[in-house]
Amino acid sequence: MSSETALAAGRRARGLAPFLRSQMRNIAPFLTLIFLTAFFAFASPSFATLDNLGNILTQVSVTGIIAVGLTFVILCAEIDLSIASIANVTGIAVAYFTLQESYVNIANVPLPGAVAIILSILLCALLGLVNALGLTVIGIPSFIMTLAMMQIAAGISALLVRGQIAYKVPSLITTLGSGSIGGIPWIVIVAAIMLLGGHLVLTYTRFGRYVYMVGGNREAAEYSGLNVKLILGAVMVISAVCSGIGGMLGVAHFGSAQQNEFDTYLLDSIAAVVVGGTSLFGGRGGIGNTIVGLFVLGVLNNGLDHVNIDSFLKILIRGLILLAALVINVYAQHLREKAAE
Amino acid sequence: MPEGQQPILELQGITKSFGGVEALRGVDFALYPGEIHGLVGENGAGKSTLMKIIAGVHTEFSGRFLVDGKEMHFRSTRDAHAAGIAMVHQELSVAPDLTVAENVFLGNQPTNRLGLVQWRRMAREAGEQLARFGIDVDPMARLGDLPIGLQQLIEIARVLFSGARIVILDEPTSALSPPEVERLFATLRRLREEGTAIVFISHFIEDILRVSDTVTVFRNGRKVAETASAATSKGALIEAMIGRGGEALEHSYTDDLMLPQPSASKVVLKVDQLSLSRSLQDISFEARAGEVLGIYGFMGCGQQELSRILFGKLKPDGGTLAVEGTPKTFASTAAARRAGVALVPESRRDMLFHQEPVYKNISISILDRISALLLKPARERDIAKRQVEQLQIRPPVVGLDLGMLSGGNQQKVALAKWLTYPPKLLVLCEPTRGMDVGAKNDVINIVRDLRARGLAIIVLSTEPETVLSLADRILVLKRGTLVREFRNEPVSKDRLLEAA
Repeated sequence: MSSETALAAGRRARGLAPFLRSQMRNIAPFLTLIFLTAFFAFASPSFATLDNLGNILTQVSVTGIIAVGLTFVILCAEIDLSIASIANVTGIAVAYFTLQESYVNIANVPLPGAVAIILSILLCALLGLVNALGLTVIGIPSFIMTLAMMQIAAGISALLVRGQIAYKVPSLITTLGSGSIGGIPWIVIVAAIMLLGGHLVLTYTRFGRYVYMVGGNREAAEYSGLNVKLILGAVMVISAVCSGIGGMLGVAHFGSAQQNEFDTYLLDSIAAVVVGGTSLFGGRGGIGNTIVGLFVLGVLNNGLDHVNIDSFLKILIRGLILLAALVINVYAQHLREKAAE
Repeated sequence: MPEGQQPILELQGITKSFGGVEALRGVDFALYPGEIHGLVGENGAGKSTLMKIIAGVHTEFSGRFLVDGKEMHFRSTRDAHAAGIAMVHQELSVAPDLTVAENVFLGNQPTNRLGLVQWRRMAREAGEQLARFGIDVDPMARLGDLPIGLQQLIEIARVLFSGARIVILDEPTSALSPPEVERLFATLRRLREEGTAIVFISHFIEDILRVSDTVTVFRNGRKVAETASAATSKGALIEAMIGRGGEALEHSYTDDLMLPQPSASKVVLKVDQLSLSRSLQDISFEARAGEVLGIYGFMGCGQQELSRILFGKLKPDGGTLAVEGTPKTFASTAAARRAGVALVPESRRDMLFHQEPVYKNISISILDRISALLLKPARERDIAKRQVEQLQIRPPVVGLDLGMLSGGNQQKVALAKWLTYPPKLLVLCEPTRGMDVGAKNDVINIVRDLRARGLAIIVLSTEPETVLSLADRILVLKRGTLVREFRNEPVSKDRLLEAA
């Protein structure tokens, strides 16, 4: 740790203000969270309660699971627009492979629960692999490639359920999605474990370092002899698998599997990552930022329900908050680049 | 020089400095209508700086600037344009996705009263203009589909026909084939007849002597000679460019240097008949263990492409590579690294992570050797500390963000990342560019030390001093072909320049 302290000393020597400026991407989201929490606590007596904290945690869990993988992608300066669609199709697939009640009019293929889960995870991994190949081998920009995948996954969903609704999923998924242990919902525990896992991978493994380096300067990563395409491909698969897990638990959480069920999760997940301060230009940020971003979104969504406000106005407010976060995100990058010069 | 005629452009006592370093010191320069004026000088001698002042790129300088005898002060390139001055820069600046016609008329497409582009008229006029230049292409073809040389000719044509009275060409022939050079020269001569004044900068002294009426030589920011082309020779110009006065602080490499007996050690890299579209043709050479092979050539001669092929960043069109006798086709830079090849490109920006600490920059290329799955930060720091000590990187703090180091120290970090587990073959592009004398000597010592450890090293540079200070054997690359090998014989800056 001695060079950590040397690093800190080096920063101190340059003064506090440049240090704060270079850390703006971490500080700003945190201040936003504190401000929002204080505001809603003041505006509504029902907001700052332990019960409501539980609500917020549960509400952000599915977004959190999806956002783990998306954090990897955005750290590499790429984007994945197919996360919500892949979540949806995976959730539908796991229901499709489960025996439904007789009144459900879906020509499904009932399989043992474990097989259904494995097949569903293979499905989302496969879709992620298609994204990966499109991005790295063919060279389609991730923005366009995943836009196409968004449609493809939605199409598979539509073919599987054909406008119907399925309810049953394997019991393991039902438990993890809607059960709880000692008063704590399993879905919150799963989200916490996945966020922790993502953090450990990004911080302590060689792969995690490569993700940051590829995002920080792709050209330099290539000139350092890293297999940049392999790393980009891997993050696309990780993103799809996280989305798939989020989708399966989400279906159990909502109690049904149907078309367009996850549409709002695309924006929410991207917002959580970016609001948290992970740089859209790659290489900066991480799961810690994503967690702060999740809480900002969770507090905002939940808090707006606690105050007396036109429900149609909420959508606009969410949009404005997202815009503000984007401005800070880009601005923080400029400040950092200036501080580096 | 036409007697009694008024110069179209006259500069008196121009001095320009960048951050305390004088790039031009009291330069006088006059240009007459109907004249082709050649400029020669080494990299950094001040030619380009002077031309950028004339073209309105640099607006801060001291001295008098007269156009048609009237004092002017340009605030931008637009002002220069308005005064009839246009410049073709060294780097190609075309829009490859637009058509030939759109490129010719870039910025002033013919429009009708509604402001709509008149495509047919544009295509016709572009075709006519290019035909005058001897270029026969479909004006509606996508420019990027044409060969690089043709693209460059079209860019030059655009500037030549923009109606400018003063045209500056910076290294216009480096990407052109011999017949294309002929066409360019024919056009320049025709424009001269019409009274246009042309400044022609080139490293190819033969070209300058063939096409220009007057030649001016720059050295260290000063004009050291101006003569009629007919009254001078290549040898005399090279002598004037390098200077015999020994005024430079460093070893000037003007005297012959004896290259050693060629090494008979193991062949690490064998390159056979490598080619890459128009950049490289039929390149064959060997690099041996414990030997520094220098590859010298002018800007744009194909060095950059060659180095990228060796490191798997570019795929050659033809030819083979073999590392220690095993044929290789590198699918990626990762494959090249695993085969034992390392590259330090000329631009530090391409090689380093400025927002990351020094130790991560040093460890990135060897992470797979020191950690299977989990990172070992303590080990990384130890390795980095050892490199920082050995290479005397300042400040010696491995946790500091790389961006806070000076350029020379960054360059050392770029080297350091390859040294913990030395590669079999180290390819260095411009290893001492932009360094002060002290840092240059440090790098020279590092390279010599690596040679002693048995690495095969290839140094590619456009600066003769760099190659001469490091290499045991020197290849000269000219317009994509190897034209000369120096081995076991005397070599000097003159001889290198003569060959290139």
